[in-house]
Amino acid sequence: MEALKQELKGKIIEVLNLEDITVADINDDDALFGDGLGLDSIDALELIVMLDKDYGIKLTDPKDGKNIFKSIETMAAYIAANRTK
Amino acid sequence: MTLENQNYITAICSIRNNEIILDGKLVFKTETLDFSDFSKKAYQHLGISYPKFFKMDNLSKLAFLGAEMLLQNEQESDMALVFANRSSSLDTDVKYQKSIADTANYFPSPAVFVYTLPNICIGEISIRHQLKSENSFFIFDAFNPQLMANYADVLINTGKATKVLCGWTEIFNEEYNAFLYLVAAEGTLTHNKHSLETAYNE
Repeated sequence: MEALKQELKGKIIEVLNLEDITVADINDDDALFGDGLGLDSIDALELIVMLDKDYGIKLTDPKDGKNIFKSIETMAAYIAANRTK
Repeated sequence: MTLENQNYITAICSIRNNEIILDGKLVFKTETLDFSDFSKKAYQHLGISYPKFFKMDNLSKLAFLGAEMLLQNEQESDMALVFANRSSSLDTDVKYQKSIADTANYFPSPAVFVYTLPNICIGEISIRHQLKSENSFFIFDAFNPQLMANYADVLINTGKATKVLCGWTEIFNEEYNAFLYLVAAEGTLTHNKHSLETAYNE
């Protein structure tokens, strides 16, 4: 699980072009949206694509994203339980 | 105020050939040939702190940097935006098309897709500078000083805006050329087709 969390932090920085942020800057329980990393709605869509592309997870209801994308912790737990690749 | 009122160009910025020039003075120059690298170095050199810059496409980065130069000390909120270029958003359109060309590996990027319209760069400038004003984006074969001059004059002389930020922001396949200028009712450099042509070609 720890390796997955580190992998996710790297992917998020790369996919979302978070130029001024490093893996070390992101804590596992930091909020990804709002006051945390400050991601926006387009970033949320990009994360949905990333789940599909990299982990074979298709989110059929975008509302699920609200809980899944709360933090690195919640994302990693969801991916570990549902990944198909 | 009448439709014939004379307006003035109060500031000019050009971005081309790895250089940013503001009112005739070199502000930034680098030897890089890659626009992504150039724009990043310019962002850092100018001391801008706006993380969303790195999410923008090249057209928006180009327009954004020009606007930063002209609006850094500008307080006017009643400012219209009139922009134009030759290639529309083709630079990003091509990248997006490549991302969806392979049906076996079909993962269209929402973050790229949102920039497949040229006027998004106007939106980025408006968000950055809190502008809720008139705006237009035209597609021409080449910089069209007559139409640009007429349009800005009409906006100011009919009271639609106090100032107008105008820009030719062309970019496609790493070839880029931006020419942005500010028009207002007061100033010293006369705003007309001839002065725009001269400034554009300097």
